[in-house]
Amino acid sequence: MRKKTIGFIVVLSLAVIASFSYGQDLLIKNGTILTVTKGTLPKGDILIIGGFIKQIGKNIEPPEGIKVLDASGKYVIPGIIDSHTHIALTVVNESAVTISSEVKMRDVLNAEDNSIFTALSGGVTMVHTMHGSGNPIGGENIVLKMKWGKTSEEMIVHEAYRTLKFALGENPKQANRFAMTAPRYPQTRMGVNAIIRREFLKAKDYMEQWDRYLKAKKSKKLAKNLIPPRKDLRLEALVDMLRGKMVARCHAYRADETLEFINLSKEFGFKIACFEHASEAFKIAKELAKENIGISIFLDNWAYKVEASEGIAYNAAYCTKNGVLVSINSDSSERIRRLFNDAAKAMKYGDLSKEEALKLVTINPAIQLGVEKIVGSLEIGKHGDIAIFNEHPLSAYTRCDKTIIEGEVYFDRAQYLKEREEMEKKKKEKEKKKVGGKK
Amino acid sequence: MSKKLVLYITILVLCASFILAQDKGPQFIAIKGATIIPVVGKDIAEGTILLKDGLIEAVGKNINIPEGAIVFNAKCLFAYPGMIDSLCSLGLQEISSVRGTVDSRETGRINPQVKSVEALRPDSMHIPISRANGITAAIVAPSGGLIAGQSSLIRLAGWTSQEMIIKSPVAMHINLPTIRPRFRRTTTTPQEEASKQIKELKELFNKARFYLKRKQAAKKNMLLSKPEFDEQLEFLLPVVNGELPVMISVHGEKDILDAIKLVKEEKLKAIFFGVSEGWKVADDIKKSGIPVVFSSLYAMPPKWEDGYDSLYRNPAVLQKAGVKIAFSSQSASLAKDLPYHAAKAAAFGLDKKEALKGVTINPAQIFGVDDILGSLEKGKVANIVLADGDILEQGTHIKYVFIDGKETDLFTRYEELLEKYKKKH
Repeated sequence: MRKKTIGFIVVLSLAVIASFSYGQDLLIKNGTILTVTKGTLPKGDILIIGGFIKQIGKNIEPPEGIKVLDASGKYVIPGIIDSHTHIALTVVNESAVTISSEVKMRDVLNAEDNSIFTALSGGVTMVHTMHGSGNPIGGENIVLKMKWGKTSEEMIVHEAYRTLKFALGENPKQANRFAMTAPRYPQTRMGVNAIIRREFLKAKDYMEQWDRYLKAKKSKKLAKNLIPPRKDLRLEALVDMLRGKMVARCHAYRADETLEFINLSKEFGFKIACFEHASEAFKIAKELAKENIGISIFLDNWAYKVEASEGIAYNAAYCTKNGVLVSINSDSSERIRRLFNDAAKAMKYGDLSKEEALKLVTINPAIQLGVEKIVGSLEIGKHGDIAIFNEHPLSAYTRCDKTIIEGEVYFDRAQYLKEREEMEKKKKEKEKKKVGGKK
Repeated sequence: MSKKLVLYITILVLCASFILAQDKGPQFIAIKGATIIPVVGKDIAEGTILLKDGLIEAVGKNINIPEGAIVFNAKCLFAYPGMIDSLCSLGLQEISSVRGTVDSRETGRINPQVKSVEALRPDSMHIPISRANGITAAIVAPSGGLIAGQSSLIRLAGWTSQEMIIKSPVAMHINLPTIRPRFRRTTTTPQEEASKQIKELKELFNKARFYLKRKQAAKKNMLLSKPEFDEQLEFLLPVVNGELPVMISVHGEKDILDAIKLVKEEKLKAIFFGVSEGWKVADDIKKSGIPVVFSSLYAMPPKWEDGYDSLYRNPAVLQKAGVKIAFSSQSASLAKDLPYHAAKAAAFGLDKKEALKGVTINPAQIFGVDDILGSLEKGKVANIVLADGDILEQGTHIKYVFIDGKETDLFTRYEELLEKYKKKH
């Protein structure tokens, strides 16, 4: 009897887990499919089963009972990925201290942030939501899918790299702050570098202490009277960096500070996944390409501070052509809904092809986040994360009509308009009744 | 006669005839073979635009090109009138976080005396970038406070601000509160705040009228004393006289209605700016005859419940109701993005042609310069953009920009830095 109940509970919970972890079935028909990595398929279908792309081709027979979306005359692209945002968070900076590597953005997720819907309305399916740039070493960032209406736990993308935020230049040195309170160390770029070095030296020491302790624990002689070293969560994060379990995402505008940070990474042997903003990357494209470090930048947003005043619009295309992996980010809950517009500008400033331009907001950010095996392009076996546009996504006249994550439609403009119309109708009727009553 | 003398005379005659030939008359420029989008009138395939003395001499298919004209082969290109940015801070702001480079906002609340053009920096790096994207004229406006000051219409070419002025002043800029204030310090709602400020404006205008009356009376009658000089009232006189239009930044539904009432009662010449909730009172705006300049569409809807696209669809609703609309970049460093605000509205229901009008002929009409700007028509100033595609598209390359019939330099700070570092790579 008991065994049976336990068995039942196990089966039930498995079913629950299954229903959570697998997406839906969907067939998208007759769209112009821009796969990003495997060319364009005019008038093609995409079959999604259980949230994964099962088939891409012409005239796919719909399996029985499957939901079919007609995309005739529309453009089907992989969901847009924003490599640098601060949305879906309740707080962004831990400004009370200079070094805050112990904090995790995972602890402050806000699944009810309207920005998630805003992102969807611009075809964005995945974001890298990050700690702010107020601290030379910030906190651990997180990658989310924009599953509006789901819990924050369900949005987390576990396949992505673990990334730690670093920041250089004007922000961590508080250059643009009014001097209301006493200045915080560091106030210069040399101080910023010194403090990051100090923390890594501490972390190295700490790591060695633990290594020694764990080694001693294994030997029977020493194990008895051993006292473990004191846990330090701030340094733990840096130890993860030193052990290669986490990679750096470093906010850096100027070329010189960017190179200095590369030197630091070599000094300690940690990996840099990507530089953020990198306004002056075009000045050091050769060095970045050689080190195989990507950049996540604005296409043309510039001159809002001195270190951003040489961030020319050619940056993205020029770096791309010189072998740097470039993604276009929003860093904003508003720009996030027009990343495709920014990508299109790389065709004007630097002559990227349409395909190259589209990569800036799809497969390139996916590579930077370590999720290129599951998203970033339309390929068999990848997640069914898709955006559908009414005109070519790189046209200024385009509009996102549908955004799909793992086969499930999360944004549907037609449905949205229908619901709005009905609501407005109801509202008007109510008002009429009120007026009638008064008479 | 010696041979030497003959040679000298021959040289002299040759020189003289050369000089005379130089002075023969106006120099014609012919832009030949482009698809012409005149904005007013029908598009012309493979047409010609003839320029003379900085003006458009002729536009059409079979235009006679005078002998000696400089011919510009524009085959495969599209010719548009230069775009007009209906509100920006070009030349007033270089790096927005560095106070020393920001001259767009004066301190205090009431500053009708300040003129933006007097702070204009012709050498701003942002001006050539806008020009290189097909923008040839712009309203440069001050910001902040209840009365921000006076704006000017400038051409995006010239060595000094005097050379750049097309019309100055163009409008007096008034700001009513936004719907969602950034920093709330007051206990009143934005709407209460707006009614309070409208009341304040009415009082100011009344004072200005009384000030004017006293001035006029004193002029006629030597026994009456002149009113004491009042800077604020002095510079409001052209406004209450109905000579200088006011550009009122107003956003909320009810505030718009109140502002319409204000304009009517005070008999002002008015242009509205912003008008985020204009779509809710489109017919009222239409009835008032007041044209609308939209603020940057790179913004979130002020009220979430109005829908994610409320700012995007607003232009289409107003245009369809019959309101004259125009777009603005509201920026300096991203003023070049003006065409994309118009295109965004087109993505959400505005007719593409109307979107183009919103950055060309409509602003020209709104600011009273449609006799010289805003379209490719005979007699207008030759502000012409030649592009390899639709100028509202981000991917289009602008190849040539003519301002006053002169080809302008499209080399900007962007290319300057790029070329410098190309040497390295």
